[in-house]
Amino acid sequence: MRSDRRLTLLLILLVTALAVTSLIYGSESISVLSALSDQFNNPNSTNAVILREIRLPRMIMAAVIGASLGLCGAVMQGLLRNPLASPGLIGSSSGAALGAVSVLYFTTGIGYTQWVPVAGMSGSLIATVLVYLLAGRSAGITTLILAGVAVNALSTACLSLLLNLAPSPYAVQELLLWTLGDLTDRSLKDLWLLLPCTFLGWALLIGVGQQLNTLTLGESTAQSMGIKLNWLRWRVFIAVSLAVGAAVSVAGMIGFIGLVVPHLLRPLVNHEPARLLPVSALGGAAVLLAADIGVRLIPTEQHLKVGVLTALVGAPFFFYLIVNSRHKYNG
Amino acid sequence: MSSTQARLEADQLNVSIGSATILNNVSMQAMPGEMVGLIGPNGAGKSTLLSLLAGLNQPDSGSVSLDGADITSIDASSRARSIGWLAQMGEIHWPLSVHRLVSLGRYPHLSAWQKLNSDDERAIEHALQLTDSTHLADRDATTLSGGERARVLMARILAAKPSLLLADEPVSSLDLGHQIQTMDMLRKFATETQACIVVLHDLSLACRYCDRLYLMDKGRVRAHGNAATVLSKENIRDVYGVEVIAGYDTVPWIVPHKLAANLSD
Repeated sequence: MRSDRRLTLLLILLVTALAVTSLIYGSESISVLSALSDQFNNPNSTNAVILREIRLPRMIMAAVIGASLGLCGAVMQGLLRNPLASPGLIGSSSGAALGAVSVLYFTTGIGYTQWVPVAGMSGSLIATVLVYLLAGRSAGITTLILAGVAVNALSTACLSLLLNLAPSPYAVQELLLWTLGDLTDRSLKDLWLLLPCTFLGWALLIGVGQQLNTLTLGESTAQSMGIKLNWLRWRVFIAVSLAVGAAVSVAGMIGFIGLVVPHLLRPLVNHEPARLLPVSALGGAAVLLAADIGVRLIPTEQHLKVGVLTALVGAPFFFYLIVNSRHKYNG
Repeated sequence: MSSTQARLEADQLNVSIGSATILNNVSMQAMPGEMVGLIGPNGAGKSTLLSLLAGLNQPDSGSVSLDGADITSIDASSRARSIGWLAQMGEIHWPLSVHRLVSLGRYPHLSAWQKLNSDDERAIEHALQLTDSTHLADRDATTLSGGERARVLMARILAAKPSLLLADEPVSSLDLGHQIQTMDMLRKFATETQACIVVLHDLSLACRYCDRLYLMDKGRVRAHGNAATVLSKENIRDVYGVEVIAGYDTVPWIVPHKLAANLSD
């Protein structure tokens, strides 16, 4: 456990450093120190406004969303006892994307509206309810995954339909780009949706660690050890639906963090599902903060979306992880 | 009177899946200090019965009671502290160390944020010793041999210190020495006022170690009682379709000889 404390401390330092860096770098070069003092002396100066209303919300969003993705990935992998499970497996991400894009579709040209994240959150919850209805109250894990796959397929189909029917190439581009995952031009208002849903999701996960540990011995044995499996499953599903749904609703689909971060950290906590949860949250926050700084630093003609960067870096890394550990996971 | 109360009692259990009857009016009991063997061919319903006794599944009809209380009325975590259930095919999904894996057995005794204390550590050490696995403590549990794995999973149960043990084929993957060691251990466990119900395929071990046997076939209890009456050559021929030779040389032994005539036709 002592090594966990060191790892946790290291990750906290990393997240802090990246958070500060995220406040410093941006398209406008501002002095953070003067912007900080301006908050009190001259709160309406350009520097103060940029720091308070653009950089700070963006930094908080990156940290919170990254933490959600890392945490939910670790929880799903623990619940399904499968290192390849991802938070998107139960339909909440694609449901959230569909909800958000539907609003964009009907309001295209008007610009970004506050209804986009609200619709995204609703989409995520509807997708989870649909999985629940499809799978039934006491479904086994395979049925649940199948229900998730089916709901994902339906959401993706509806997304394609919206793209297909979009009135102009400009609208198609807007819808498509939104799904790629992005943290620019988000406002403080987005935070008011993101934070409560996310924290509610995280709160639901308090104390599931030990239960995930017992699942190492298989579902029946875990049950014989007093785990109420149905409760645990739905608790995790609703938590993921809230936290990941909120993340996708404000930032679009940001892939691979939920998959790669827990996978990367697992050997450092001796493969123990409970100990993996907090470090995955911190690791996820660090990765998304870094990626969001990355898209600001990499000079591209078109603005590079953070979701594209995480996928570009994450996928090859994932190849490496699979090849490296394929002998280990034969179950 | 209370001394004659069964520790675990199953009353008229019925289970069917679709049109297949898995258990048909099965009743059984285990008294304090008793080691009870469940024997019978594959598909007889032994594992299903054991999982009902552990409270893992519900029967279609009938009831299971633990120390006189209906098992469905017992809270899951206090049930988990009383009953240890050893799965037939034990799973180990993550490469935890053996020590950590065995320590999971303490879960029913811990509240959500409680760390392992010295009592827990003692229980873990003791369980590792009893199963001859102390030297494995730092090994990756997923790289163990079949026999080592079975012993470590047994240690997980013993670390929980249950007052009733249900073991599904605990010795089928073990070598001769560890078979006897495990059976001795279960016997000792049962005698110390606990009770133990064990599914066995080795009839010699069954008649040597168990106080009473339940011989199951096609979801029914075909015979029950002491080993001598249950393991008659006629019963074994009827249920297993096998002729056996049996004898007594320090301990009783039963060896399958050939398929019974009506089967080999």
